[in-house]
Amino acid sequence: MHQDMAAVAGGLAAARPGRGPAAADEAFLTLVVAGQLCGVPVLAVRDVLGSQAITRIPLAPPEVAGSLNLRGRIVTAIDLRRRLGLPPREEGTAMSVVVEREDELYSLLADSVGEVLPLPARDRAPNPPTLDPLWQGVARGVHRLGEKLLILLDVEQVLAIGA
Amino acid sequence: MDDLLADFLTETNEGLLALDAALVRLERAPQGAATLSEVFRIVHTIKGTCGFLGLTRLERVAHAAENVLGRYRDGTLPVTQGGISLILAALDAIRGIVAGLEATGQEPAGEDAPLIARLDAEAEGQAPPAALAPPSAPSPAAAPEPDPVPAAPGGASPPQTIRVSVEVLEDLMMLVSELVLTRNQLLQLARAREDSAFAVPLQRLSHITTDLQEGVMKTRMQPIGHAWAKLPRLVRDLGLELGKKIALEMRGAETELDRQVLELIKDPLTHMVRNSGDHGLERPEERLLAGKPETGRITLDARHEGGHIVIEIGDDGRGLNAERIRQKVLAQGLATEAELAGMSEREIHRFIFRPGFSTAAAVTAVSGRGVGMDVVKTNMERIGGTIDIRSREGRGTSFVIKIPLTLAIVSALIVEAGGERFAIPQIGVVELVRVGSEGAAQIEHIKDAPVLRLRDRLLPLVDLAGLLRLRPAAGAGSGFVVVTQVGAHVLGIIVDRVFDTEEIVVKPVAPILRHVTMFGGNTILGDGSVIMILDPNGIARATGLGADAAEAEAEREAVPQAGATSEAGTALLLFRAGDATPKAVPLGLVARLEDVEAGRIEQVGGRPLVQYRGRLMPLLPLSGHWDPALAPPRQPVLVFGDGERSMGVMVDEILDVVEARLTIDPAGERPGYLGSAVVAGRVTELLDTAWWLREAGEDWFGGAARTGSGRRVLLVEDSAFFRNLVVPALSAAGYAVTAVPDAAEALRLRDGGQGFDAILSDITMPGMDGFAFARALRQEGPWRDLPLIALTSRGAPEDIERGRSAGFTDYVAKFDRAALLESLAQCLAAPVLA
Repeated sequence: MHQDMAAVAGGLAAARPGRGPAAADEAFLTLVVAGQLCGVPVLAVRDVLGSQAITRIPLAPPEVAGSLNLRGRIVTAIDLRRRLGLPPREEGTAMSVVVEREDELYSLLADSVGEVLPLPARDRAPNPPTLDPLWQGVARGVHRLGEKLLILLDVEQVLAIGA
Repeated sequence: MDDLLADFLTETNEGLLALDAALVRLERAPQGAATLSEVFRIVHTIKGTCGFLGLTRLERVAHAAENVLGRYRDGTLPVTQGGISLILAALDAIRGIVAGLEATGQEPAGEDAPLIARLDAEAEGQAPPAALAPPSAPSPAAAPEPDPVPAAPGGASPPQTIRVSVEVLEDLMMLVSELVLTRNQLLQLARAREDSAFAVPLQRLSHITTDLQEGVMKTRMQPIGHAWAKLPRLVRDLGLELGKKIALEMRGAETELDRQVLELIKDPLTHMVRNSGDHGLERPEERLLAGKPETGRITLDARHEGGHIVIEIGDDGRGLNAERIRQKVLAQGLATEAELAGMSEREIHRFIFRPGFSTAAAVTAVSGRGVGMDVVKTNMERIGGTIDIRSREGRGTSFVIKIPLTLAIVSALIVEAGGERFAIPQIGVVELVRVGSEGAAQIEHIKDAPVLRLRDRLLPLVDLAGLLRLRPAAGAGSGFVVVTQVGAHVLGIIVDRVFDTEEIVVKPVAPILRHVTMFGGNTILGDGSVIMILDPNGIARATGLGADAAEAEAEREAVPQAGATSEAGTALLLFRAGDATPKAVPLGLVARLEDVEAGRIEQVGGRPLVQYRGRLMPLLPLSGHWDPALAPPRQPVLVFGDGERSMGVMVDEILDVVEARLTIDPAGERPGYLGSAVVAGRVTELLDTAWWLREAGEDWFGGAARTGSGRRVLLVEDSAFFRNLVVPALSAAGYAVTAVPDAAEALRLRDGGQGFDAILSDITMPGMDGFAFARALRQEGPWRDLPLIALTSRGAPEDIERGRSAGFTDYVAKFDRAALLESLAQCLAAPVLA
């Protein structure tokens, strides 16, 4: 995995100078899902891949896009659009953000993957109570990034499908 | 060299290496408490283990060294350079002995007394004997000079085994998988260009890669005997402790399984063996009273079975006491009296797997196990296994564990359905049939159920694309049927295309997909794509066919035994004839389905006939009479056949093929029907095939078929349905048949002095099963030498083998009337000839 971590790690390194000694601010990889800016903790990310050949899995939960081969390991791909109840992707290819949970690899399919940002915990706002219940379940809070709002995704919860 | 010794040597060599380094550190920092403890611990371990292995020489040296180290550790003796040198000398002595052990498997001869004396002197704080270097000796290298150990013969051989962390193996495994994929890609590229100079080296690379892959695979497999190694000792101690005589038999110890699985089943296995000894077996005096040998037997049996490992843990003890369990179930409120009344004995036995039904007190003290069986069951299920119980009061109990080989290379057939590719493990594939295209077999539909006529058999089919809810292929119409054997059932899977076979590595699916039981795993193909592996068992379950014998039985137990219940599910052909009540006949009895043009039906002497395959086949109207004027243009006919003869039954409409468990209510009985049952939610009449066959004509069973000539045959069969099928068929063939519902009843007949010429017995029966019945018959009594034919729907080779070893003379499939008659005739003829 090391080589592929390099791209992410590079981004991480660029972000690090901003990190205070308190280290209360985690670094997040930003991604866009149907126009919505989201963030996942960069430490949870094992790989970022471009478009991949994905094998569909019949009878799987709808959020499961299929599985793909990452250097001999089988990765289950989760379509974030479906997971978040957003309309399906019409054009373009998805980026894979590979995360690990209980020794299993999962790929979160996003429309695009952006930079790595340090986001201080003190700047984080809790989920607004009016947030869609589905999103309440998977979001850990909201950050204001200039014009935009970034939703922090709780990877554990995102992967808790059918549980 | 035995495994234990090899492990010890590996471990000791590692310890010695660590000791060298630690002692040198200790010398530099004599007050390093942590280092001291570490050194002490290692020496202590070596001493302890060699005591266990009976290596006396090694033990004495290690013990003397340990004494010195113990005092260093306690601070009662200052660490000196001389002391350390002495310890190093002791280590060299140990090393010498270990080298000898490695070379010969035995401790080499040698004299350690001077070294031990010096160590003892050091331990007592006395000045070291003059022979030693003074404490202030500048070079510790001088110390080991008095080497008391003679060079081991053959010198120090390298260790037989090395220990490698599982992580390294996993990484290797992953790299090899990568290599295999790359190799396959290269091969594909090379195939495209003919003149490639790479062809030959590539071929070699390919072979080496395959060997490497197999080698790495092997590193993960371990014989199950490893998990059993401690059991003989455990059983021995248990026997002493409990005052019981116990013999432990282990079979199939060499059966290999993935080490991960091995680790996970180790504790449950130990637990169950302990339970068998503790609660299953009786005391010697009780056993003698019960007419059993004084020594109780615990058997462990492991074998591979279709991608699974089956482990059986059995004892010949007192068995489970269903009555006690029943009482406890009631006391704990786990079921009501009414529910219990409807349960079979095995169903009641299964309560011991319920959580909370554990804690010895009520159950184990009197009747059987119960301690933590729920935990065992949970552990087995966690690794995708199943556990089942078989117990006969007074005869013993056995647990059957079935666990998957999580990591195994299997050969798989790659198929395509609905535009997606899937792998089907070759092990279950019986044959491939091309269908749909010109000249090939055609898939037919009975209502919506697809079937295929394959060599005069109707094969139930399942459409893979439909089952997996995939879009059917555009050019549907031609494809393949993959005929698979699932337990006793044969099932055809319809696919669009069949590609190659490929060796695949089964990888478990992600946890979030585990509920999709149609898949047994997934894998990566040579072209790098991920593919799902189909589990024929899961497909059979999804289509309603009994998955395997054990599970089919479990399902069957879930049905209250109000009436006669047929074994597992039966595929039934539903049709309509005469009135509106649907009628059913077991699909297995029907040879073919035909659509006969009305014009082809002739009448001879008022009976309809049709020319069929060059012969005249009688046609029977189920509705009572047949009027050519009212007949439909195409007449659906069920063809029943037996070798050269066949008979057609005319019906109005064929409705469906369903899988159903039959609970037959004989109340509504009328000629030609066995009774009625609820099938697919409707009251359905069951056709009495034998009755209709008789109707077909007096001579139908005449001639050669009338072989019975009044011989007496006993039929032991729990299901009224099958009794009603078999009895008329045999009576028609001239046998005098007595039918009883269970083995106990049969034994009562025997003990009552009844005589028979042959016995037919079902295998799966409540209470005593067919195997036990056969053993009981063969053991003693007037029926000892009677021909004994197993009548069963379980036709797997291992079942047949098991049947034969239990004492059955022959094994016949339940529906195969011709085979049954032939077998009977043969069995009865043999003693006459002999």
